[in-house]
Amino acid sequence: MPEANNEIVVDDPQAPADDSPALAGDRKVEIVTSLLLLAFAALMAFDNWRIGMGWAPDGPRAGYFPFYLSVILGAASLYGLVACLVRRAREDKTFVTRDQFRRVLQVFVPTCLFCLATQWLGIYVASLLLVAGFMRFVGRIAWWKSLLTSCVFTLAMFITFDVAFDVIMPKGPLEALFGH
Amino acid sequence: MEALGLLLHGFHVLLTFKILSLMMVGLVLGIFVGVLPGLGGPNGVAILLPLTFTMDPTSAIVMLSCIYWGALFGGAITSILFNIPGEAWSVATTFDGYPMAQQGRAAEALTAAFTSSFIGSLVAVLLITFLAPGIASFALRFGPPEFFAVYFLTFCSFVGLGKEEKHKTLISMSLGLLIAGIGMDTVSAQLRMTFGWSELYRGVNFLVAVIGLFGISEILLTMEERLALRGHAARISLRVVFKVWREMPRYWMTLLRSSAIGCWLGITPGGAIAASFMGYNLAKRFSKDKEGFGKGRIEGVFAPETAAHASGTAALLPMLALGIPGSGTAAILLGGLMVWGLNPGPLLFVEHKDFVWGLIASMYLGNVVGLVIVLSTVPIFAAVLRVPFAAIAPMIVVSCAVGAYAIQNAMFDIWLMLGFGVIGYVFKKIGIPLAPFTLALVLGNRAEDSFRLSMIGAGGDMSVFWSNGLVGSITTLALVLLFWPLIAAGWGRLTGSPAKA
Repeated sequence: MPEANNEIVVDDPQAPADDSPALAGDRKVEIVTSLLLLAFAALMAFDNWRIGMGWAPDGPRAGYFPFYLSVILGAASLYGLVACLVRRAREDKTFVTRDQFRRVLQVFVPTCLFCLATQWLGIYVASLLLVAGFMRFVGRIAWWKSLLTSCVFTLAMFITFDVAFDVIMPKGPLEALFGH
Repeated sequence: MEALGLLLHGFHVLLTFKILSLMMVGLVLGIFVGVLPGLGGPNGVAILLPLTFTMDPTSAIVMLSCIYWGALFGGAITSILFNIPGEAWSVATTFDGYPMAQQGRAAEALTAAFTSSFIGSLVAVLLITFLAPGIASFALRFGPPEFFAVYFLTFCSFVGLGKEEKHKTLISMSLGLLIAGIGMDTVSAQLRMTFGWSELYRGVNFLVAVIGLFGISEILLTMEERLALRGHAARISLRVVFKVWREMPRYWMTLLRSSAIGCWLGITPGGAIAASFMGYNLAKRFSKDKEGFGKGRIEGVFAPETAAHASGTAALLPMLALGIPGSGTAAILLGGLMVWGLNPGPLLFVEHKDFVWGLIASMYLGNVVGLVIVLSTVPIFAAVLRVPFAAIAPMIVVSCAVGAYAIQNAMFDIWLMLGFGVIGYVFKKIGIPLAPFTLALVLGNRAEDSFRLSMIGAGGDMSVFWSNGLVGSITTLALVLLFWPLIAAGWGRLTGSPAKA
């Protein structure tokens, strides 16, 4: 069939290298996560103990159910922690390589900045900046394409949410200028 | 047949221009979501949920469930053409689907996948139509102890039957239940676990957490991969469609078996992923030509797709009848119900006939229309993959933020979403399952309420969970499932055969 020769090929020149050095192993991350969960469980247990984890005359108090849940969570995390410490380090798998982590940060940092910008500039301006900036600086896509895409996308979002479906979104000084 | 009359009523509700066009929009959006990397069924539904906030519940659920059917269809496109499973449940479809595409039989494989998905969900919808009303009317007699027992059963079966390490499932579930408890306690109106943080007074919204856990974390995970892809373009001609359809009856046994597996695993929390693999493996085991599997046998496409779709659809049965979701996506639809002001549970069948039967009717219609749409538009959707991920990723981030904000109009929720994104990323990478977390988060408050109401009713006597035959057997079954691995191991030792836990 002729269609078979009709190939679609998309390349990823900035892909993380396969031989990039490991930044952290699964074991290390699991230990840290278990510790954090353990601390969270302790904190929750404390608060529920404070508001009353026992029985009132009419049934369990507000803290009863969550208190025992935090005990279960604590016990399960403790088990995970011990299981991790006992496991031999040699069998460890890579959690993330240096290249992979760089790529994750490439999207995570702009996302954080976008959230900050939403707080001050409103979601539409922030979205314009995020889409255009990300396409240009991370995707190395031509300026005009990036700008055009982000404008069309933001406008589409604005029309869908603000005009058609009446969903209220955070707005900033620019929208105020137009009286929205 | 009362169900048939009600179903007709459902179609009647459905056949308005507005709902039909929402259905088309939902299906097209869903296929997009299924095809795009870094988006899938649950996150697609979660992100697009805000669109429905101002709609009436029936239009809203029809559109959302159509997004879900669309995503199920869309997952098959990338698996077959590019060997990239858009969804975890499409992994088994790549085994034979991609080899078929390489041999130039892409159109055949796609037709097979879409048609068998259609059959799978049709079987599951039939099951829902005739079984759900019965279960719901039975459940109307449930009191708080029975409901708590059913919730308990759901949680226990996750821990006992899940494939993940037990302590990880337990961590995920108890964390979800704890987070669900944050904020105002519904029984005593006391604030708990807020530490004086006023943003936490109303609790952590389930949908915000889901958007972070599935949407944001998926973007982070996708960025880690090499995003290059190479695949085939395909156009489906009517001739191929009829050729596949003529071949289909020969595989009726495979289709039937996969549908049954899918329905069963969809109702119990096994999920579509397990169903697709099981359907594939069984088809291979019973086939005369075992060697041909993995090299492009059409049966190898039929089996997993039927099972995955049947299970995805059947997962809605316990959600409709009991208010207990059978999958992550069903959990999100359940979250949607609450946003639209409906109270999930067996009363839905009595109080909101339009809603329930409109939804069931839309499952029939949505799958028929979906089949026609995917068969005719595959080239367009395959071309979507040419769009660079650098353009898609920020758009998904923006959509997630819009979704998270719109739920309660709170900026705090956007930050919360970001936090859950990081949690989801780490959890997925160290093997802590997210499905129990989602389920616990959405059911947490109601499980606790039913527990406390039973305790209040019984004066604090735990034996209320064994007070009659029904509640007693559910509770006992739950405990058996919870300790199932131990029981299975013990049984294995007794009978002398090695345990396979």
